[in-house]
Amino acid sequence: MSTAAIEIEDVTVRYGDVLALDDISLDIAPGRICGLLGTNGSGKSTLFKTVLGLVSAQRGQVRLHGAAPAAARRRGRVGYVPQSEQVDWAFPVRVADVVMMGRYGRMGISRRPRRTDREAVARALEQTDLTGLADRQIGALSGGQRKRAFVARGIAQGASVFLLDEPFAGVDRRSEATIVEVLRTMRDNGHTLLVATHDLASVPEFCDEAVLLQRRVIAHGAPQEVLTPERLFDAFGIEPRTAGEAA
Amino acid sequence: MVTAIVEWFALPLQFEFMQRALLVSVVAGVVCAVLSCWMTLTGWSLLGDAVSHAVLPGVVLSYLFGFPFALGALVFGAGSVALIGVVNRTSRVKEDAAIGIVFTAMFGIGVVLISKIPTETDLMHILFGNVLGVSDSEIAQVLAMAAVTLAVVVLKHRDLTLYAFDPVHTHAIGLNPRRLEALLLGLLSVTVVIALQAVGIILVVAMVIIPGATAYLLTDRFERMLLISVAVSVAASVLGTYASFHLDVATGGAIVVAQACAFALAYLFSPTHGVAWRGGGQRGGGRTQSLLSGPARS
Repeated sequence: MSTAAIEIEDVTVRYGDVLALDDISLDIAPGRICGLLGTNGSGKSTLFKTVLGLVSAQRGQVRLHGAAPAAARRRGRVGYVPQSEQVDWAFPVRVADVVMMGRYGRMGISRRPRRTDREAVARALEQTDLTGLADRQIGALSGGQRKRAFVARGIAQGASVFLLDEPFAGVDRRSEATIVEVLRTMRDNGHTLLVATHDLASVPEFCDEAVLLQRRVIAHGAPQEVLTPERLFDAFGIEPRTAGEAA
Repeated sequence: MVTAIVEWFALPLQFEFMQRALLVSVVAGVVCAVLSCWMTLTGWSLLGDAVSHAVLPGVVLSYLFGFPFALGALVFGAGSVALIGVVNRTSRVKEDAAIGIVFTAMFGIGVVLISKIPTETDLMHILFGNVLGVSDSEIAQVLAMAAVTLAVVVLKHRDLTLYAFDPVHTHAIGLNPRRLEALLLGLLSVTVVIALQAVGIILVVAMVIIPGATAYLLTDRFERMLLISVAVSVAASVLGTYASFHLDVATGGAIVVAQACAFALAYLFSPTHGVAWRGGGQRGGGRTQSLLSGPARS
């Protein structure tokens, strides 16, 4: 088998006395969309931060396409799509500026864009269907367009592993369908996507696999196998009947 | 009428001290205006206030021992920023408290040291600036620091904006947000020291907040924000310095009042964000998060 795109091996993370991740092991193959499911406090954010190298694990290691995370970051392999609450939408940047920020790791010291950079940005905007909105201030976009702008940033960056934090929060159904389409195309182009989401209903629609997290990996496999009523009850405390409907 | 206006502007220029005062206040205005844009966007205004007060002991020591004022001020400015970071990271005290403690402590040390200064005039000059009596060596220090600051900003402005907008992405593409944060703090320290000469310690914070905040109300484009900020700041420096001559009032105060008037106008009548058109409803902006340092809320 070829190297996993995301390889998490025996990772344990503690914040002081709080055990955030307890001996997690997880391999995600290249060209897959993996849904990361769990309640608040289940360790989703911590797992993202560990993969991004923002928190260091007490035990275990993360490898991205076989490389250490720091090396993968320097090569621009890691794309990050933040949760809406973490973005200052009033910030005076245009959509094209945000997407261009994906290129900064490849640029010279003053980050002056060259032609290849502009072309990469134009392609990424086209792929996410944002070409006509390139000059808009970032906050002047709809919820779904905002998400796509950050996805475009990762595409322009040339990332192969994408971490998306709640990409469907605050997004209507139609925009969600557009985002899903963009994500599928990326998957078909060989990108690997780890998607943290609360939106259980959409998981079987667009994920190739799912991980149920509750400080440990409760289940990992095809969405139908993971989203069983019993497991959802364990993880979310939802009544089996309701959970069955949600799934 | 026209002659009167021309005269109002031309008359003071016959005096060398006014030429020098204008030079220093305009140069300080430009540098402060540029930095203030990032201060507005990172939400670091309180930090600007802190740094400006914390340089007091450095300035006083420089006066007492005859060092260049910039040296003492820079040491204490950068030192207190580092100290705030240490207190914040190594204790459970939150950042705003750490800032408040460090800057008042430094200011207190400065006030104690001032008691050792021979004359009252010097004290007033440190606290409120003395741009009308600025010396050759002080002008040289201001110009040198301004040149270095602007050169660094020209080179690194895209990185600073990247950091201000999304430190996590900065990290994710293999750049070092902590280093950029340190760079921005360093630039802030130098800028504060430059502005000391124009308006004094107490009012420096206005110079590194108001122009950027004013421009932020007037545009959604960063490049325009920089231009508007510089324009507002330079206009305020010129008007304030002239007003101080004609009305015989404190220069620093006059400059800051001019800036505050510009902000009030933008606040009320900005075409896009003016309160006069929006009827006082408010829209939140800015962040207070520090995702890079805090523990996760999963």
